[in-house]
Amino acid sequence: MSAGESLFAFQSVSVGPPEARRLHDLDAQLPDGGLTVVGGPSGSGKSTLLRLCNRLEVPSEGVVRHRGEDVAQRDPLTLRREVAMVFQRPVTFAGTVLDNLREAEKACDEERGAELLERVGLPASFLDRDAAELSGGEAQRACLARALATNPRVMLMDEPTSALDAKAAAVLEQLAQQLVADGVPVIWVTHSEDQMRRLADCVLLLVDGRVDRVGSAQEVLGDG
Amino acid sequence: MDNASDIGFVGLAAALVLVVIAFAISLRLKLRLERDLVVSVGRGLVQLLIVGAALAIIIDPDTPLVWSWLWVVGIVVFAAATVKRRAPAVPGLFWIGLVANAVTAVIGFAVAFGLGIFPVRGTTLVPVAGMLIGNSMKSAIVVAERLVEALSEQRAEVEARLALGQPWTAASRPILRGALRTALSPQIENTKALGIVFLPGAMTGLILAGVDPLDAVLVQLALMYLILGGVATTAAVTALGAVRRLFTSDHRLVALPRSTRDTG
Repeated sequence: MSAGESLFAFQSVSVGPPEARRLHDLDAQLPDGGLTVVGGPSGSGKSTLLRLCNRLEVPSEGVVRHRGEDVAQRDPLTLRREVAMVFQRPVTFAGTVLDNLREAEKACDEERGAELLERVGLPASFLDRDAAELSGGEAQRACLARALATNPRVMLMDEPTSALDAKAAAVLEQLAQQLVADGVPVIWVTHSEDQMRRLADCVLLLVDGRVDRVGSAQEVLGDG
Repeated sequence: MDNASDIGFVGLAAALVLVVIAFAISLRLKLRLERDLVVSVGRGLVQLLIVGAALAIIIDPDTPLVWSWLWVVGIVVFAAATVKRRAPAVPGLFWIGLVANAVTAVIGFAVAFGLGIFPVRGTTLVPVAGMLIGNSMKSAIVVAERLVEALSEQRAEVEARLALGQPWTAASRPILRGALRTALSPQIENTKALGIVFLPGAMTGLILAGVDPLDAVLVQLALMYLILGGVATTAAVTALGAVRRLFTSDHRLVALPRSTRDTG
């Protein structure tokens, strides 16, 4: 696959000062479609790699390309609206769920809000709920709805189920697969091998900030 | 003793009885503050005696006014250095503090002296600058410290906003507001409690020096209003300058102490 065809291409990317690199001279390409899982043990650089994709992090060396274009040349605000992100712990802002959606889309009215909530399986009655009083699973779904409000073309999900119970995690996994079916590629970070097997079309395994293995879930993880 | 402002060294020594009480409390409760107490009392004594001697020269009617202005400049520079020392995580905070205190001094002096509230002379320039900048400096320290703390503690929320495509100005706004409220509240509360809870220093000093209490009150009120405006100005300029330096030009929050960012 050439760098021009990939969703994200990392070319000789290092992050952090030489004495404390979080990623080391990393070369990798993520396919433009499907659900790519970035796996590896804690501290292996998974989140750092994900944060390079929406420029919350910048490489100390090397180039990150998004669909062939150097992300350093892109306007970061436009890039982040195209490449949305859901974080490890749901971060809701003060106010109602609708207030939260309006942080992403100022003109979001109740109809649009209901439509966004429907995409994450929450009823429209949640629009008036105080975001601080949602359960972990509800809050993470509200955060996903908020991320979708920017009409992203890519969704980054940084261990989004690590703070959720099994039932809420399963709902979020289904939502990610639905996004892929809707044509929005998802990059999902996890350290859970079970989750990788359930979700991944493609797996990139990192160890100590370096690529360990990359390929289809079966190629990388075997039959388990 | 007829004149309350002339307590002499004997009176000063008598006032040390209260320090002895503090010393005894520290010893009895094993607070281990005895050394700090002695150092602080000794240092304060020496510093103020030097300042008193220097002020005696500066406010002498025969001394050129330029020395008073130089003293004011010294206060502004020292205040900026103190702000920088207290919040070292903010890059370039000395210059931000210098600009903030200078802006406050210029506006405060324009009002205090330009509008003729106080006459321009050594006896007014230096004390007014000391009170104005001293209080403003505290607000600059509070706002800078609070900004760094809050941005570090709430890094996840700030980055969640940045990830939505918000510019750093919007992503930091709730934290900026919170830090400014924290910095301004004490001065607003002080102003509310004027005369009820505490009698402020300038007024007390003037009354002790034999000035008519009503005149002392008017001077104090004018000073309080100046200080309130000064505190707000310094805190706002410092906060806006500092928050700008805590984000990169591509809208990323810089690394901060005590940051708990996940690096998995």
